[in-house]
Amino acid sequence: MIGLGAVLTLSAILFAIAVAGVFLNRKNIIVLLMCIELMLLAVNFNFIAFSRFLGDINGQVFVFFILTVAAAEAAIGLAILVVLFRERRSINVEDLDTLQG
Amino acid sequence: MFPTILFMILSIALVGAALGVILARNPVHSVLLLVLCFFCSAVIWLLLDAEFLGIVLVLVYVGAVMVLFLFVVMMLDINIEELRRGLAGYWPLALAVAGFIVFAMINVILVRKLGGATLAAAPPLPEDYSNTRALGIALFTRYAYPAEVAAVILLVASIAAIVLTLRVRHGGKPQDIAAQVAVRAKDRLRIVKMASERRA
Repeated sequence: MIGLGAVLTLSAILFAIAVAGVFLNRKNIIVLLMCIELMLLAVNFNFIAFSRFLGDINGQVFVFFILTVAAAEAAIGLAILVVLFRERRSINVEDLDTLQG
Repeated sequence: MFPTILFMILSIALVGAALGVILARNPVHSVLLLVLCFFCSAVIWLLLDAEFLGIVLVLVYVGAVMVLFLFVVMMLDINIEELRRGLAGYWPLALAVAGFIVFAMINVILVRKLGGATLAAAPPLPEDYSNTRALGIALFTRYAYPAEVAAVILLVASIAAIVLTLRVRHGGKPQDIAAQVAVRAKDRLRIVKMASERRA
């Protein structure tokens, strides 16, 4: 049978891979966005596992909202990316220093 | 027994695909591997009796969001080599942080003894249980206002995406519907009264 610990470990590994991806692809905004999607997926795993093992449907409702917000985030993020590329011809994070951040 | 084997195979595929996402040289490969990640996750969610969310993940995520990613990645002409330069030195840090996260999480799981619980110990589902029905009842009663807020968020996101990428072209010749409707016959047509003439 599938154990709760197994699902939580899988989720932790997935989250850690996504964090490592943020470090390794520090310059490429598209891969950064994909790493954020992976992190949200890992969090959803936790919600669904606990929802099933505690017999509580509310966790799945939260996953539903997380999916909604993640879709909105991806849409706006990619729109900003397209505008950025149109202006700068580059998606390198190091070129984005207009705000002197 | 079969679900356990399926879960293991899918877990390995999921972790492998996730590693591929962050290590792939070409962003298009990253997106395609992320699609594989979502597929594996959807099947694991089905195994955990979250049928509706599993289907939503495939339909909405793979069907819409990842296709959007794919469009953008293929539309932009990216110099991949330049983006990857000078990042090789970061892998020890990445490995350390990722290892710490996994280590901390597994520690928590061991301390709380969460590893022992299996689906057999989970609360049994009723005979006529419908995941979609249960989720719908929760969503439209207790979470009715949050659901409306989520709808507004999606609306705002779609408007924002359109406004951000809208490019107004100057010098075009668009139709002005109001002007077309408001036009009068006397503005366009002049009726001239004159005596008929005889040919010389």
